[in-house]
Amino acid sequence: MSGSTLYDKIWDAHVVAERDDGMTLLYIDRHLLHEVTSPQAFDGLRAAARPPWRLGANLATPDHNVPTSPAERAAGVAGIADATSRLQVQTLDANCEDFGIEEFAINDPRQGIVHVVGPEQGATLPGMTIVCGDSHTSTHGAFAALAQGIGTSEVEHVLATQCLALRKSRNMRIFLDGALPAGVFSKDLALAVIGAVGTAGGTGHVIEFAGEAIRALSMEGRMTVCNLAVEAGARAGLVAVDDVTLNYVSGRPLAPSGAAWDAAQASWRGLRSDADAVFDKEARLDADSIAPQVTWGTSPEMVADIGATVPNPDDADGAVRANAVAAALQYMDLKAGQRLAGTPIDKVFIGSCTNARIEDLRVAAAIARGGRARAKTLVVPGSGLVKRQAEAEGLHEIFLAAGFEWREPGCSMCLGMNDDRLQAGERCASTSNRNFEGRQGHGGRTHLVSPATAAASALAGCLADPREQL
Amino acid sequence: MEAFVTHRGLAAPLDRANVDTDQIIPKQFLKAIGRTGFGDNLFDAWRYLDEGAIGKTPNERELNPNFVLNAPRYQGASVLLARDNFGCGSSREHAVWALMEHGFRCVVAPSFADIFLTNSFNNGLLPITLPGDMVDDLFARVAAGELWLTVDLRAQSIQADSGETWAFSIDGQLRQRLLRGLDDIGLTLAHADAIRAFERRRRAEAPWVFAT
Repeated sequence: MSGSTLYDKIWDAHVVAERDDGMTLLYIDRHLLHEVTSPQAFDGLRAAARPPWRLGANLATPDHNVPTSPAERAAGVAGIADATSRLQVQTLDANCEDFGIEEFAINDPRQGIVHVVGPEQGATLPGMTIVCGDSHTSTHGAFAALAQGIGTSEVEHVLATQCLALRKSRNMRIFLDGALPAGVFSKDLALAVIGAVGTAGGTGHVIEFAGEAIRALSMEGRMTVCNLAVEAGARAGLVAVDDVTLNYVSGRPLAPSGAAWDAAQASWRGLRSDADAVFDKEARLDADSIAPQVTWGTSPEMVADIGATVPNPDDADGAVRANAVAAALQYMDLKAGQRLAGTPIDKVFIGSCTNARIEDLRVAAAIARGGRARAKTLVVPGSGLVKRQAEAEGLHEIFLAAGFEWREPGCSMCLGMNDDRLQAGERCASTSNRNFEGRQGHGGRTHLVSPATAAASALAGCLADPREQL
Repeated sequence: MEAFVTHRGLAAPLDRANVDTDQIIPKQFLKAIGRTGFGDNLFDAWRYLDEGAIGKTPNERELNPNFVLNAPRYQGASVLLARDNFGCGSSREHAVWALMEHGFRCVVAPSFADIFLTNSFNNGLLPITLPGDMVDDLFARVAAGELWLTVDLRAQSIQADSGETWAFSIDGQLRQRLLRGLDDIGLTLAHADAIRAFERRRRAEAPWVFAT
């Protein structure tokens, strides 16, 4: 009999029961909540008079539609100008208070994007099952935690039962060999993977990322890769535990310490796939050959090297794909054969659960230093603690001197639920995760890039290769 | 959850792959705190020429005459024909609520994104996966003329009024849950003792999980 994959191991350790309808009940160790996908779940609990199963499993923070401008943020929740956004944040506050759930409220220094906050606090630990009503929950898989996004009915289900009713996914492994060249980052690696396997390449699977290039990444880099696993169709991404994992977790507020730490880390060391484990699907990419990536279309799989040209729909495989490419070029106002580098941009967004951690800001600042923005540029730290750290390092001064805006933490222009958004026809170099039509604002055009490429593009006023500015 | 047994409805085509949930229901409508009020904003950015906002009613809006679902022949459609990877992207269940509130009871596609699939089953929107050539066939028929389909979950078949049928398969147990419209949380809470027993074991083996 063959060995177990990392996914098999975490799955097996959390199976509670098989339900009559054939679904497996999987125990959920950690549940993260935010304001957008939880109100209807809390209403459901109230309507059925069901209490939360285990209060301590839950941690909430508002992130999707909090304002990021310092002026609007100063007055806290009452100061949110948009009445519907304000009501939604107030509703999260009220629900957390009513049910007794811990919340990092709007101006708590620990508030931030839920997928930045969890790891930062040690609420995300190896071997855990973690869910949140947000597809980018896959981020936490960087810790060898089985982490997945869920819908609101499932949010209610987890609150009420501490379980998720699931069918087991298949196992997929993506090897990333070699080393990333200078000026190429984890974001480029992840986009290259999506370009190679497609936006549905991981559908029905959990993807384990393995290989030298993954081992060489920091935890923050691994989080970026796992964050984007969902854009390759997988509900979850995973990376095995190593010293990098343990060093990151050690000393976090909610991480075990003392004798508990010794026991925990001994247990966590086993969180890796067995050498003889069998995967249903495998892919392999060479990190050495990856260049900075930029998306040209309206799906993350529509991606190319920064030095490439826009593809021609006539070269696409099949009619459905050719139509998709043609529709994307029309929406993006790009012409087949046009060079991507040099395409003028109106805005730059450095932020989101994909790329708003301290290392992302350091890379962006290294490029911004001494330069001057030629496009409106927002830098939105992922949490209050990331913001504080960046300010301690003086990064905000570099950004401000370059004409970048330095904002308060939140999801911001990744999805534009607050005022940070694109106007119709505006083009943006963005470190976020989705280039869908209208994602950053009605009629807005998004090019997904790394923080380095975003900063280089900000200074150039057009899509630019960061390797020329490092 | 709404039960699904049989449904007869008009089919409408949405001939695009990778339709993401941002298109199904754009973000500005996610600020609502209830489960209703999303139907008028289904496919908002494709359906209307002006930008939608919460509180703007359909009669204040400018319909996009080129969007297929606005065509007079597809008004009242309740079976949506779609392409690969329908419902990808954001986990927002609002996408399913919007489709159902607009009147769709069933989506037929070659493949669906994972989270969308779960959200559909949890609300009684029937996602039917058919092989690509069968979906091509349905698209060709809907282009040729008015296509009424009867979806029978018990028989796991789709039948056109002309008599042709297409067989599909939904896992037996999941099918029972849909047919009966069972409360998912209720099904799980029947295992409350097993959950408590598991929790005791897990607490002993991984106490750090329970430190909060």
